[in-house]
Amino acid sequence: MAEPPARVETDKLTAMYGKTTALRNVTLSFASNQVHALIGPSGCGKSTFLRTLNRMHELSEGGWITGRVLLDGQDIYDPGVNAMQLRRKVGMVFQRPTPFPTMSIFENVAAGLRLNGRLSGAQLGEIVERSLRHAALWDEVKDRLKLNAMALSGGQQQRLCIARTIAPSPEVVLLDEPTASLDPQGTQRIEELLFELKREYTIVIVTHNMQQAARVSDTTAFFYLGTMVESGPTRQMFTAPRSDQTEAYITGRFG
Amino acid sequence: MNRRAIRRLASNLMVGLMVLAVVLAVLPLFFILLHLVLKGASSLSWDFFTKMPVPAGETGGGVANAIVGTLIIVGTASLIGVPVGVGAGIYCAEYPHSRLTWLSRFVADVMNGTPSIVVGVFAWTWIVARQKHFSALAGSVALALLMVPMVMRTTEEMIKLVPNSLREAALALGYPRWRTSLSVVVPTTLPGIVTGTLLAVARIAGETAPLLFTALGSQYLSFRINQPMAALPLTVFTYATGPYEEWHRFAWAAALVLILVVLLLGVGARLAIGRSSVANG
Repeated sequence: MAEPPARVETDKLTAMYGKTTALRNVTLSFASNQVHALIGPSGCGKSTFLRTLNRMHELSEGGWITGRVLLDGQDIYDPGVNAMQLRRKVGMVFQRPTPFPTMSIFENVAAGLRLNGRLSGAQLGEIVERSLRHAALWDEVKDRLKLNAMALSGGQQQRLCIARTIAPSPEVVLLDEPTASLDPQGTQRIEELLFELKREYTIVIVTHNMQQAARVSDTTAFFYLGTMVESGPTRQMFTAPRSDQTEAYITGRFG
Repeated sequence: MNRRAIRRLASNLMVGLMVLAVVLAVLPLFFILLHLVLKGASSLSWDFFTKMPVPAGETGGGVANAIVGTLIIVGTASLIGVPVGVGAGIYCAEYPHSRLTWLSRFVADVMNGTPSIVVGVFAWTWIVARQKHFSALAGSVALALLMVPMVMRTTEEMIKLVPNSLREAALALGYPRWRTSLSVVVPTTLPGIVTGTLLAVARIAGETAPLLFTALGSQYLSFRINQPMAALPLTVFTYATGPYEEWHRFAWAAALVLILVVLLLGVGARLAIGRSSVANG
């Protein structure tokens, strides 16, 4: 089988906070319609890496990069690229659920859609419903869309955030430890969701949970001390890692 | 005595001390209110709210002109001061490292410490002295100047309480910064901003010194912002320092009304917030 074409690529990417290097010289590529896991101990740079893919890194204090990040072959750090437009194509879900507290469930999902301008009420309702169905939340909230989003449980809030992220039809979805604050049941639902989502989106997920990476991802990249140590198909990474460090981390000897 | 009993004793002692502190903090307020009601309530009547003042020596009359005047002067001051204060507060919270933020904070802190009578003198120099007559507008400007730093600092502090993760969530959706502030961050903290603004309104509603040589006071009902106008604090000041027994009773009543107006403002706005958040939810 031929390698699927790369959707997102990084080329000698180095990410800095002021004069501190958080990430050194990472070259990686992510194929479309797959789930890509980023693993590694805390502070290894995997979250920073994720945040360079939608230019959120540059919003952190002192954040800047060298090297290139390509989305469908185009450098997203090109001066001609509008970061706001880019973030509508590369969505992001965070560790803690972040519903907008003053908005209803419906308004939360519609929040990103309103940016892209003129949608009729019917179109808006249709997309909101589709996104909520996609995020496996529709059945639980269809009768209370006007309710405040904070009334939902943590797991529901996180699925709401996923619905909000996919509503504007991004091409890539980044997830930064999306299940870290959830109970096992909520975690399981999100993991099942990833299988559904990868049919339409390219997914990059940062996780602290080795079993999670093994369960949900097609490829895995291992980060350690600001460098990308090893990457490859998940099965190979977990059964026959090339690097001793990878093996040590995966088998739980450190991190 | 076992350890558990000692711990319980210590706990009860500390709770008792805290209750004492709360009582000590609330007691003066309670006594002020009680005193005002005892001294002022007897003079309150329908006439007091609807009639104009009468010449010294006559009985009856009211302070309708001062109530209307206070509403106009404080309302105008809020119209000027609240947008500027809230806007500056948002700017300072969202761009904490800019030079302008550093400067505005510094100026606001200095202004917060400036005696209100100095601000009154400033308004007198710049508006009254140039126009060559007293005016309510000059009073409003003085009060607005007092209000801006208070509103600005509370707005800033309130916005800083909004977790950064919420801001990032909006930015990651492709929101521009200004829209992140206005449609996500500010609504989230709106009750706090409104409360801070109300405290500022209540503060300036009772200010007397800046009005002494700007709005001046008046015996007549006036709606002209460019002319001298009556105000409750001025009425209290004039009547309380006057020689007549009748005036003293009126001063107490006017002070009571002033407090009631401030209380009403607060309660009304709180109801308004409650309703709007229900509508959103």
